[in-house]
Amino acid sequence: MAIDLPFIWAALIAFAVLAYVVLDGFDLGVGILFPYFPEKHDRDVMMNSVAPVWDGNETWLVLGGGGLMAVFPLAYATVMPALYAPIIAMLLGLIFRGVAFEYRWRTRRAEFLWNWAFAGGSTLAAFSQGLALGGLVQGIPVEDRAYAGGWWDWLTPFSIVTGVAIVVGYALLGATWLIMKTRGDLAERARSIAVKCAFATVAAMGIVSLWTPFLEPVYLQRWFGWPTAIFSVIVPLLVLGCLYLLLKGIQERHDVQPFIASLGLFVLGYIGIGISFYPYMVPPSLTIWDAAAPNESLAFLLVGALVLVPIILAYTAYSYWVFRGKVDPEEGYH
Amino acid sequence: MFEAFDATVLARIQFAFTVSFHIIFPAFSIGLASYLAVLEALWLWKKDEVYLELFNFWKTIFAVAFGMGVVSGIVMSYQFGTNWSVFSDKAGPVIGPLMGYEVLTAFFLEAGFLGVMLFGLNRVGPRLHFLATAMVAFGTLISATWILAVNSWMQTPAGFSVNEAGQFVPSDWWAVVFNPSFPFRLVHMVLAAYLTTAFVVGACGAWHLLRNTAPRRARTMFSMAMWMAAIVAPIQIFAGDLHGLNTLEHQPAKIMAMEGHYESHPDGAPLVLFGIPNSGEKRIDYAIEVPKLGSLILKHDLDAPLAGLDSIPDELHPPVSIIFWSFRVMVGMGLAMLGIGLWSLWCRYRGTLATNAWLHRMTVLMGPAGFVAVLAGWITTEVGRQPYTIYGHLLTADSVSPIEAPAVGASLVAFIVVYFLVFGAGTFYILRLMARLPRDTMPELDEGPLRTAGVTPGPAAAKSHGGHHGH
Repeated sequence: MAIDLPFIWAALIAFAVLAYVVLDGFDLGVGILFPYFPEKHDRDVMMNSVAPVWDGNETWLVLGGGGLMAVFPLAYATVMPALYAPIIAMLLGLIFRGVAFEYRWRTRRAEFLWNWAFAGGSTLAAFSQGLALGGLVQGIPVEDRAYAGGWWDWLTPFSIVTGVAIVVGYALLGATWLIMKTRGDLAERARSIAVKCAFATVAAMGIVSLWTPFLEPVYLQRWFGWPTAIFSVIVPLLVLGCLYLLLKGIQERHDVQPFIASLGLFVLGYIGIGISFYPYMVPPSLTIWDAAAPNESLAFLLVGALVLVPIILAYTAYSYWVFRGKVDPEEGYH
Repeated sequence: MFEAFDATVLARIQFAFTVSFHIIFPAFSIGLASYLAVLEALWLWKKDEVYLELFNFWKTIFAVAFGMGVVSGIVMSYQFGTNWSVFSDKAGPVIGPLMGYEVLTAFFLEAGFLGVMLFGLNRVGPRLHFLATAMVAFGTLISATWILAVNSWMQTPAGFSVNEAGQFVPSDWWAVVFNPSFPFRLVHMVLAAYLTTAFVVGACGAWHLLRNTAPRRARTMFSMAMWMAAIVAPIQIFAGDLHGLNTLEHQPAKIMAMEGHYESHPDGAPLVLFGIPNSGEKRIDYAIEVPKLGSLILKHDLDAPLAGLDSIPDELHPPVSIIFWSFRVMVGMGLAMLGIGLWSLWCRYRGTLATNAWLHRMTVLMGPAGFVAVLAGWITTEVGRQPYTIYGHLLTADSVSPIEAPAVGASLVAFIVVYFLVFGAGTFYILRLMARLPRDTMPELDEGPLRTAGVTPGPAAAKSHGGHHGH
């Protein structure tokens, strides 16, 4: 039996997207929380806590997009037109918040503008990603190798709920990141926000999870049919376990535990979506194998990915290590 | 008139607009990253603080430009899917892996070490910090390599077959990457990036020399930039000529449009210096020509025949006027840069490099020349590829997403507004950073002759002093 390259690539792309979600998730979350921290000093520290790493975090998004074009070109070519508006909105949001990292320090008079760009851009990008996720989960019709639906199909009550869920979830990641990276009043405030976001996130996950199985017969079968229904029982239990560890970590004033527990929530939500999706790349139209590029392309890039991804993870970890510990408010090159 | 704006035209305008903005930043950051690595190496080697001061000065500017490059680049990576989905489906198996390699080998490297480079000098020490700077510079060059492999493949495709779904399937990756125009294009672009940066750095140095704000630092950066201009400008012209010969071989229609040859010349083609392309009548109006020179340059033979656009069906003509003009703008900028480079050598020989105010004024004026040349060059090559996205194999009209014009139009308007706002602000901040005095880490021990023409030393010194406390 030959090696199933499309399957391996689906797993790798899934990993890249998950890496993006948790990494850019917390730095977008820091932006989403900006309005709740009106003090300039707090905002400086918040921004400096993510400034050295945000660019690397966002590169996973480029890998997700570029990788999709390389290994699942048909999925890329049908999903992007189907989610045209949310994708454009996400890009515009990312532009504003991305430049704010530098611009904010270059001006005093217009600082408030770039504060707004950072907060608004982060929130818009997160919400658009949630809309796009909802749009994908609820299904994308494909005919003749092209998107075959309308231009506003992505906009439904379901996708709006997933949009809100992502914003709240990223805010949770951002708040627990701040607990880990900051001190004093700032960290205290982040703790109280994290508690609220934790409950909101779990509630949103619950609503989305209960809604999802009724969107497509396949999902229903997956969630309530044997043997995959085992996961339907285990995943919610694990979610509650993460919530418990998260709240306990906050209460007992652990620095790292709340962040890890929040990551756990995201990973579980992600696995849940994965269970619904498999074996589709673009539900309910294209499976992993329908959408895959020819094996020549998959093999060529796989060789590089197997060598390079571990190296990337190594120097990314090194970069996080260099900037480990609490943020020193006096530091920064600006 | 208005029905001309169908989805394809709007998608083309959107691509042209976003890629034109985007290319500005890599063109600058490729050169600037290498310059930063050189500055830090010189600092470590010579232990002269002036190099660290310049490093810190340009590092901040690099950070702003790099941020703009990142966000405008993310737009590019998603635009293939939103507006050119048929192209993505068909060409994805070939160009997708190349772009995948760009992300894996270059983007992560740049992003991973950028944080250390910007924030980490006190945390990792000078040697590891230099490694980070070098990795960022190396990353920009790797990135250029992959993206030019992609672009060159679209210009001169090789190493593929087409499957039953109409997709381009790679058959020989070596031939895909090292396609016929790739080496020429890569060298031409990297040299262009170095020249672009040289003129920005040179203009900044010249500006401070004219204002006499920070003589030693300004002199160092001006001198380094002028060495770069004097050495690289002639090499670039030579490389451009080789690239032209390669284009004549693989994309003759592009050369015909660049040179303005509507007609074939069976016994020796002239070189059209100037004129106004008249696409209705298919001729160059008011042409100023040098007989036989075109054949001499392109074929190295006065009497060699040269085919014109009349040898190609009308519907396969690229838009002549745009290419004709953009090519002349690029060449004009290249010659002007060569002129500044040679002039600087003469002044250096005479010992007036730091004092020749006219050289400084002209260099300030030439600060944006590299950007103009890069944009004009890309317009020449990209418009010259029309009407194809993959030259000879896939028409632009057959590449576009099945999308409605209002959607493309609305996003186009959004991009135009946001880009002018955001990148306008960024350009303003960069210019303000450049106008600021390079930061002090030690008192300026002044040396060398003070300028007497232009700005008088007294007020200038006072001004720089005042500026100091302002920051």
